[in-house]
Amino acid sequence: SRASRKRECRIMATVSVCQYHRGGFSFENCKRNALLEADINKLGFSSPAARKTGTTICGVVYKDGVVLGADTRATEGMVVADKNCSKIHYISPNVYCCGAGTAADTEMTTQIISSNLELHSLSTGRLPRVATANRMLKQMLFRYQGYIGAALVLGGVDCTGPHLYSIYPHGSTDKLPYVTMGSGSLAAMAVFEDRYRPNMEEEEAKRLVRDAIAAGIFNDLGSGSNIDLCVITKGKVDYLRPHDVANKKGVRTGNYRYKHGTTGVLAKTVTPLNLEVVEENVQTMDTS
Amino acid sequence: MDPVEFLSKLEKTTIMAVEFDGGVVMGADSRTTTGAYIANRVTDKLTPIHERIFCCRSGSAADTQAIADAVTYQLGFHSIELDEAPLVQTAASLFRDMCYRYREELMAGIIVAGWDPRRGGQVYTVPVGGMMTRQPVSVGGSGSSYIYGYVDSNYRPAMSKEECLKFTAEALTLAMERDGSSGGVVRLAVISEQGVERQVILGNQLPKFSTV
Repeated sequence: SRASRKRECRIMATVSVCQYHRGGFSFENCKRNALLEADINKLGFSSPAARKTGTTICGVVYKDGVVLGADTRATEGMVVADKNCSKIHYISPNVYCCGAGTAADTEMTTQIISSNLELHSLSTGRLPRVATANRMLKQMLFRYQGYIGAALVLGGVDCTGPHLYSIYPHGSTDKLPYVTMGSGSLAAMAVFEDRYRPNMEEEEAKRLVRDAIAAGIFNDLGSGSNIDLCVITKGKVDYLRPHDVANKKGVRTGNYRYKHGTTGVLAKTVTPLNLEVVEENVQTMDTS
Repeated sequence: MDPVEFLSKLEKTTIMAVEFDGGVVMGADSRTTTGAYIANRVTDKLTPIHERIFCCRSGSAADTQAIADAVTYQLGFHSIELDEAPLVQTAASLFRDMCYRYREELMAGIIVAGWDPRRGGQVYTVPVGGMMTRQPVSVGGSGSSYIYGYVDSNYRPAMSKEECLKFTAEALTLAMERDGSSGGVVRLAVISEQGVERQVILGNQLPKFSTV
């Protein structure tokens, strides 16, 4: 009848069309997270801070290859979480990557790309190229639209020569002869802009990178502790960890240890505690 | 203490392209900024898409690099299928399709220029939003606002290659002088039937105007 058809039409109109999720990463939870963060802050609490590597990392191309450098401090807010963390990550036998930003993101991103690059290398039967690692990293970071907080300095030597790239969290890359990243990047870049020359010798390049990281360590609160270096040449990698212990732990001038018997014992009483076994529960271990 | 990289890298830029009889002249500055820090002072914003087709990139560095890589792949595939050099209009259409489809997510202003055997030198502009139009001369980026007057008054149709190079270099220099987000060196590229010639004009060799 006409009345029932009208009712049907109204029901049809209220049925919503299901929108198929067309591939790609879903960023819907990011809005929810932002609202939750605002709510927590209104109550006076702060959400736990991700451990970040405040960091100074840098790299330089010299005559025979590349030198990568990094400090070793990892911070959780205003506290140093790790005094000697390793920020130069292995990608492939001839390619290494320094990471700044969120520590978990740099660690996992470099491990994922290292794994994929090893499979790719087995498939092609060739030593991987730095440009390949660069493209894999930039395409992954762009896919996540900057939500993966990984700022990287990628360097290595392959059949086409030494190469150095800087990779930003949003997925843009620059191919340059010298790069710096991290909170101490401005201090390190100042050193590079003053003393960089093309085709340096190995010792000079190592000294330059060491000085650049030192500038970051001593002038930036987010960077500190030691200086790690990684020298990559055709066929050889020198992973110098630590290359320079720039911040040695100080020696206390006073001694607070007291000899046995310094505090006199005046009296001693022993009170035995009588305990009753109330319940016994035996769980056999399965050792089959 | 927050690292500078978490701000997105922008190539706010000045970019420009001019058609002449027999080819195109393209130019760009070389500055990429994250906030107030210059992340790269020698950027190459003139990106090859195919043998005789280049694009000038402005806007978000990550977005434009990703789009350019995708279009390079698509155009290379298309060119192999045709077994022929691709048209500049095809490249511009590919850019336009991507920039329009993802207009809410992207921030990219691109000028596509090159030479093909069918129509010679052509300049197509694909600004933010995803429009595409062919223009004999096109400027883009944050520094372009300062040179519309200079370009409109100094452009003449049927300029020679040398005149176009001088025109582009001077326009870019004026923009770089006034726009804080543009600077560094001037990169130029001439695309014609013979191929691509690239030039760099360093800071001290830039044309000089009155210092007021």
